[in-house]
Amino acid sequence: MPRTGHHVHPMIIRHTSFAENVMIRLLWAGAAAAVLAAPAAAQQAKPASAGTPSVPPMLIRNATVYTVTKGTLPNTDLLIENGKIARIGPHLTAPAGATIIDATGKSVTPGIVDPHSHSMVDAVNEGTLSVTSMTRMQDMLNPTDINIYRELAGGVTTINIFHGSANVIGGQSVLVKLKWGRPASEMVIPDQPKSIKFALGENVTQKNEQEMEQGAGRTFRYPSTRMGQEEVVRDAFTRALDYKATWDDYNARVKKGEKNLVAPRRDLELEPLVEVLEGKRYIHSHSYRSDEMLMLMNVAKEFGVTVRTLQHGLEGYKIASEIARNGTGVSTFADSWSYKIEAYDAIPYNVAIMMRHGVLTTINSDDDGRARRLNVDAEKLMRYGGLTENEALSTITYNGAAQLGLGSRVGSLEVGKDGDVAIWSGDPLSVYTTCETTIIDGEIFFDKQRDLAMRDQMAKERAALEAEDRAQNRDARGAVTPNGDHK
Amino acid sequence: MTSAVSSAHSERRGLVHGALMAGAFAVAIMMPGSAGAQLGSYNPPPGPQGTFAIRGGNVITGTGTDIPGGTVVISGGKITAVGTSVSIPAGAQIIDAKGLNVYPGMMDAGTSMGLSEIPEGVPQTVDVSEVGSFNPNVKAFYGIDPHSAHIGTTRVVGVTTVVSRPSGGIISGQAALINLAGDTPPAMAINSAVALAISLPRSGFAGRGFRGLAQQGGSTADANRQRDVRLDSLKQLLREAEAYGKALDAYAKDNTLPRPTHDVVLASLLPAIHGEMPVMFTADRANDIRDAVSFAEEMHLKPIIVGGEDAAQVAPFLKQHDVPVVVTAVLKLPSREDDPYDINYSLPAKLQQAGVRYAIASGAEPGEERDLPYVAGMASAFGLSKADALRAITLSPAQIFGVGDRLGTIEVGKMANVVVTTGDLLEPRTDTRYLFIDGRAVPLDTKHSDLYRMFKDRP
Repeated sequence: MPRTGHHVHPMIIRHTSFAENVMIRLLWAGAAAAVLAAPAAAQQAKPASAGTPSVPPMLIRNATVYTVTKGTLPNTDLLIENGKIARIGPHLTAPAGATIIDATGKSVTPGIVDPHSHSMVDAVNEGTLSVTSMTRMQDMLNPTDINIYRELAGGVTTINIFHGSANVIGGQSVLVKLKWGRPASEMVIPDQPKSIKFALGENVTQKNEQEMEQGAGRTFRYPSTRMGQEEVVRDAFTRALDYKATWDDYNARVKKGEKNLVAPRRDLELEPLVEVLEGKRYIHSHSYRSDEMLMLMNVAKEFGVTVRTLQHGLEGYKIASEIARNGTGVSTFADSWSYKIEAYDAIPYNVAIMMRHGVLTTINSDDDGRARRLNVDAEKLMRYGGLTENEALSTITYNGAAQLGLGSRVGSLEVGKDGDVAIWSGDPLSVYTTCETTIIDGEIFFDKQRDLAMRDQMAKERAALEAEDRAQNRDARGAVTPNGDHK
Repeated sequence: MTSAVSSAHSERRGLVHGALMAGAFAVAIMMPGSAGAQLGSYNPPPGPQGTFAIRGGNVITGTGTDIPGGTVVISGGKITAVGTSVSIPAGAQIIDAKGLNVYPGMMDAGTSMGLSEIPEGVPQTVDVSEVGSFNPNVKAFYGIDPHSAHIGTTRVVGVTTVVSRPSGGIISGQAALINLAGDTPPAMAINSAVALAISLPRSGFAGRGFRGLAQQGGSTADANRQRDVRLDSLKQLLREAEAYGKALDAYAKDNTLPRPTHDVVLASLLPAIHGEMPVMFTADRANDIRDAVSFAEEMHLKPIIVGGEDAAQVAPFLKQHDVPVVVTAVLKLPSREDDPYDINYSLPAKLQQAGVRYAIASGAEPGEERDLPYVAGMASAFGLSKADALRAITLSPAQIFGVGDRLGTIEVGKMANVVVTTGDLLEPRTDTRYLFIDGRAVPLDTKHSDLYRMFKDRP
């Protein structure tokens, strides 16, 4: 069935057991209607358990602790037990067996939350249709993507992995913690809020591609205007409402005890949209121009849905009041602009204007390279519009967690929250500062000193392997000349 | 305001049809009396070359000496006095810099400033690459839009000077060294033809992996052969130019000889061939860097490596040949999976340590050159001293492009490119309070600050 086109990506086979794979395949076969109502977690590869009791406690001593939500505390200790923040305060006692980190002169912040990432994925866009809500980013996570480690080295702990922006309604997102070295199933955040990517504007209308296709005598994918984009959303929501009504009717009749009913045919495209209409799945929508943002917020409202966030939202500042009144958040860039026409009115004051109008605002990377230095991007916000340091820090920590529906779990340093922490050599929002240690659920996943030590080890290992390779080549292919050429 | 905004909006769409300044002009007309004096002008023009005394600031001269409570006097476009006890000329405009820092303007040596406004989807605004492989006579100077909005937004962080260079093909054209102030390219130019830009044909598959290999005929040998053919064409062109130069010289001495037919392409190569104009070779991989230096030596060219991602691997070679590098790779992701995560962040520190001449460039997409100070700051976080980081974006690029005696520090006699800031120049939180380019006070309004004023209090 090419329309839904599901298959288990080979990549995931490496990270899930055979039994899990069979389960996934069975689920995709769509035999059990009950699955419709099951939480997304049940369909996913086995998630990590919430706590990790086997991990020893960790006490970070004498740091400047940026809690983000409860002030910045000098000379403060932070204790993580069972993967959760257990205590924050001066002179805490280390429990038996605790890992102790002396952070004198250093800063501790929540791990950075990047609300918009395409790391770890082997494909970004299923761009053939205007609605691809049946696709799931979770199905092709690559836990060996080296950018996981590079992002950890920039203090990032949680990322939201999005489908691309090639179509109005894209695929289902997945929230991941960057547990480098672990299988993908342990990185996927358990019981996570569901969301889906929408997209508006140039990336959807694809004018250049359109020209090429038409030049080659082919028709181009609908929609190719912002007019059509509104229509696609309205049509999809309308179809989803019908589909929901069909199931509601069926379920009601089953409940009444009617026999010999034929269940409606499952539709994997409309299922996630029904969840959207029922408020069980967030919409995060790629958008640039203020008019298209307003369109989506209003069309969604007609169907009783509040758009969770506008992604990029570069012209959000032009309609900051409307966005704030709608209760929608915006995740934007610190200062990127001018790379395309719909980014030509982007300004680095965007965050400041929106925040002052009451919009829950974050910045994101949308890029493996930029994700490594979000703290420096956040610092720019202090210049453009005069955010306080804590406001700027919140755009890469707590506000992102709140937008993603993880506000009670990550994004700030509070007792009971996940032990996701970055330790910095100094002021976290300074270009001169480096990330020293990154901790997720109370475990160290990046440590600068360990990294440096490992380099020597790796260089030695590499030299040994190369020497062995040379020796083997000599055995296999005869003498080797001093400059390495084979005779 | 709303209707004016939407009018500006529809004008902006006009950009697609190439009417860049028509759009900006329309905005200016429609917005009389709005908040900012310069509203609608993307790059408000600088004032005249007056006499200014920037008094009482912490002067970071860029020579290694800081002067707390120092005064910098600017007159006639030049810095005329620097120190703690300088006499302020009568009639000078006094700028109180107490509590502020005073720095030399920064220079980004790796941009396409003014040549590319909207790189994706609006090719009408991108004049970076000319058709064909050999365009030595094409000059960035003639493509630079002095009203590009990027100019205003870049200079307000303190980047006062850039090298804008064409790319594409093998000989891409001639780069210009410009100040980021002035209504016309001649008003901006420090050197309208500062360097020739060459990208040597690459060994292997032209950076396109195995797809490139397939395009090139399917075998490594074929790919190398095609590379060699293109390389030979380049050498032949350079030798023809050399011969053309000799013929011109001979004719100048003895005009009974046959007069050489004028050839603008060959003529444009003469400054490079005579060693008067350096050649910027784009090269990131170690072998490409080595190839570029060897090629330059063989053809008697004066090379500058631009890119330089693997430069640390060939540092002794670069030092031995005294070849400078304009590093554009600091913020790039490492190219190889097993590279250390900080390999590019720490590249400038490694070059510094190895004694290689280098400058840091932003390496940024058009419009994002304003990252330059933060790129240097990142390099400092990964090993470079603050003073070395500052030098890498001020004096070092000036020296590499032959203007070290005119730019890059706050010293008497130098061009008055000076930026006065609220704090450390390389920290993103630092703001600019005053900006002087070529001794002219430059307004700090930009397209961005204009839009900020228009919308920040919109109910």
